[in-house]
Amino acid sequence: MVDSLGITSRQTPLHSLHEALGASFTDFAGWQMPVRYTSDLAEHHAVRATAGLFDVSHMAEFEVSGPQVGAFLDFAVSSWLSPIDLGQAKYALLLNEDGGVIDDLIVYRTGPFQYFVVANAGNREPAWAALKQRSIDFDVELHDVSDQTALLALQGPKAYETLMRVFGLEVGKTPLADLTYYRAIPARFEGEPVLIGRTGYTGEDGFELFIDVSHAVPLWQALMNAGGPIGLVPAGLACRDTLRLEAGMPLYGHELNATTLPVQAALSRAVSLVKGNFVGRDAVVEGPGFAAPVLVGLIGDGRRAPRADYRIFSGDVPVGVVTSGALSPTLGYPIAMAFVDPDYAESGSGLEVDVRGTRLPVVVADLPFYQRKKN
Amino acid sequence: MSLPNDLGYTAEHEWLRMDGDEATVGITAYAAEKLGDVVYVDLPKVGQKVTAGSVVGEIESTKSVGELFAPATGTVTATNDSVVASPELVNHDAFGQGWLIKMTIDDAPTLLTADEYAALTGE
Repeated sequence: MVDSLGITSRQTPLHSLHEALGASFTDFAGWQMPVRYTSDLAEHHAVRATAGLFDVSHMAEFEVSGPQVGAFLDFAVSSWLSPIDLGQAKYALLLNEDGGVIDDLIVYRTGPFQYFVVANAGNREPAWAALKQRSIDFDVELHDVSDQTALLALQGPKAYETLMRVFGLEVGKTPLADLTYYRAIPARFEGEPVLIGRTGYTGEDGFELFIDVSHAVPLWQALMNAGGPIGLVPAGLACRDTLRLEAGMPLYGHELNATTLPVQAALSRAVSLVKGNFVGRDAVVEGPGFAAPVLVGLIGDGRRAPRADYRIFSGDVPVGVVTSGALSPTLGYPIAMAFVDPDYAESGSGLEVDVRGTRLPVVVADLPFYQRKKN
Repeated sequence: MSLPNDLGYTAEHEWLRMDGDEATVGITAYAAEKLGDVVYVDLPKVGQKVTAGSVVGEIESTKSVGELFAPATGTVTATNDSVVASPELVNHDAFGQGWLIKMTIDDAPTLLTADEYAALTGE
């Protein structure tokens, strides 16, 4: 499809299936993505109560391999990736020299000398360019496999039971029960390799399944056939955003950007200073300055939500700006994330948000807003 | 999506049901569908004078904020308390229980017919 500006909008391999399901579509990072199938709220509640299936095939995937792959990744990104176990996954930040974030990544170790990197669709090019450029002095190979790779996210308390019921899925010697959080296993679906990670972006238990685009439709159908009877529903990007917001998970372009340091977004845990040198290390060590804004949660009352870019005040003093916000479907009150002056960032502080000309009271709150009950 | 033929429509996705010099106003099912689940509506006060084309209310969904434009110049005579208490009525019954305001009309506005509105939205 070509839009009015003549820009080609890409479609995932599941596009016709979404159309048949009656999805509404939105443009996201140059892709036509299903925003909802029936109702954002119904899909949100389904992921919290039973399970939802998301097509997130727009995400970018890179394979990185070679004798020096561990040393390369330790240099190229913020996390300490060389010592992670085979089958382990880790959240990582791709920093620029100033310590700002080019992209946030999930990195899976898929072999002794092989890793699988998942980047945001909107950052595919800058992330690829940075990794490629940083690889020059290392004996490694990089492959952008985004165009061949579909990604389905199965999320919710019934995700595990759904996966157990999928006909045609062979997980080899590792039982799914042993696949713990932030681990991944290679499996096969109808003979086709599929990487299954116990990861997600909703705050629920769940899995992400990477498969060749040729097998995306049958895998979706097999998952729906297995999970439909126990409450699995197709879920769109609208509820994905409210789910991740409740879970306090950052979204690139909102809570993360090229001029904000990890510590400001409370992501120091994704930065290893003990592993040696890496791009952005000096800037991270130096820090952003004592007055740099920091990420906080905000809770309001009533039903009007602070939204991205709304300004925050303490009396007449501007103290920050909202990065994401919504009326929380799970909690029933408005929630938001925001960057505020550190003097006003203490939990419990009362502030005001300018909601299109009306000042609404909010209280600074700890993140996340929502945490699932662990079994 | 079938559009009621007895209503008039605006390019801003409002519908009007004319009854003498009073009109009942809501947003179309198309607009509600584009917004997603409506979770909050902010309506003008009864007795408020409104000018055609001015913003007189807001319809918020989980994802976005839609503005309610006055489709004509006149005075608000009633607002729908049910929709304030249950904003989802806008999604479930946009042309019926999801009505937003009633208002007197000073000058009859030029409205689109159902067919013209359907052509506009390409539905």
